[in-house]
Amino acid sequence: MSTIAGLTRATLAKDLRLEWRSKDAINSMLFFSLLVVVIFSFSFDPTAEESRRIAGGLVWVAFLFAAVVALNQTWAREVRNQVLDAYRVSPAPPNALFLAKVVGNFIFVSVLQALMTPLFIVFYNLRALGPVYQLPIVAALGTWALVVNGTFFAAMSLRTRSREIMLPLLLFPISIPALLAMVEATGAILTGEFSAKFWIVLLAAYDVVFTIASLFLFGFVLQAE
Amino acid sequence: MPPAVVVTDLVKQFGRFAALRGVNAEFAPGRLYAILGDNGAGKTTLLRALAGLAPPTRGSVSVLGTTDLRSICGQLGYMAHPSLLYDEMSGMENLRYFARLHDGSNADQRCSDVIRAVKLDPSLTRPVGQYSQGMRQRMSLARALLNDPKILLLDEPFSNVDVRSARGMVSLLTGLRDAGKTIFVVTHQASLLEGAADEFVWMEAGKIVSRTPDLATATETA
Repeated sequence: MSTIAGLTRATLAKDLRLEWRSKDAINSMLFFSLLVVVIFSFSFDPTAEESRRIAGGLVWVAFLFAAVVALNQTWAREVRNQVLDAYRVSPAPPNALFLAKVVGNFIFVSVLQALMTPLFIVFYNLRALGPVYQLPIVAALGTWALVVNGTFFAAMSLRTRSREIMLPLLLFPISIPALLAMVEATGAILTGEFSAKFWIVLLAAYDVVFTIASLFLFGFVLQAE
Repeated sequence: MPPAVVVTDLVKQFGRFAALRGVNAEFAPGRLYAILGDNGAGKTTLLRALAGLAPPTRGSVSVLGTTDLRSICGQLGYMAHPSLLYDEMSGMENLRYFARLHDGSNADQRCSDVIRAVKLDPSLTRPVGQYSQGMRQRMSLARALLNDPKILLLDEPFSNVDVRSARGMVSLLTGLRDAGKTIFVVTHQASLLEGAADEFVWMEAGKIVSRTPDLATATETA
């Protein structure tokens, strides 16, 4: 019998292969983020200091909405041809599927962030005045918070009639504490005016709580009709 | 020998609609059952209930002596009307992945064997999305056979399959039945199973209304 780690790896490899072939999620996320960057840069012309103050919110709004696109795609593949039923009738544990989906989405959103960050820096003339080494930590914790909840709620909204609308309705309210922490931490690092440590700890705690809760509940979601 | 499947007072409701309305039946092991009936008779729901995909609203389903279907799902093979395959991957890639879900050991050999058993070529690199409907059906059957299941649940396995391939599938199924597997086939092409099925089970309005070894009798009763 394969272990959870082995099954997670196999499902992750399958998802990465499917995305590599279709590029559905990454293309739509990139397009959406590019639009946000370009439209906002046309809409206002902030000074470097103003940019530092607003960039936290701007960056995370772009990533949040772009992530929703990827999150919807994740499960759409499993619903097409009812492939999810093949998983449900197998002895493979539900958590292996959930973890693979979360890690897969984390990789997709991280790739997006790596591609978009240079554009944000150029378009908004960004230069951090605080400890820059904290930015990747905030990015990783924030992205995990988005994808762990997003993957869970996307699975929950799978069987609803208008799942594309249902996902943001479920995800955004519950993500408010995490979003607040991401925006504040990013703002603190960019402006250097206050410490981001409190917000980073809050994000880490949020991640731990919601990862455990999602892992505990995902089995029920998967087996629900 | 104890029955392979026991269904007791099985009711399955979707909202106010009852797809199954008190099904009672016992199915012996090592036999091939053809489940027949008009559209909406509850055939697919019964199959999904046996697979553990549609938990009963009331009543119980016992498979291989247990009502905890999750504990024996490694011994079930399920083929649905949709293919249950990823369109973007080849047949072999699909089966390799599903083999990992069951038991990864000797996966490549097992995948090749079941693909050959359904008369397809394991070296085919085309994605499943580019297969003909009939090829997809056969690959779907191969996926259901991957874990060498004791109970095989097949929903419309012959739809969109040409007659020669369908006969090949029937011959494969009778071979599996002779090897001791219990097989349930939901189909609208009952004539294909004439002489092969041990019993024809006729369903109507969510109930089993007749069971007979003779197809003509089954359709007359209906």
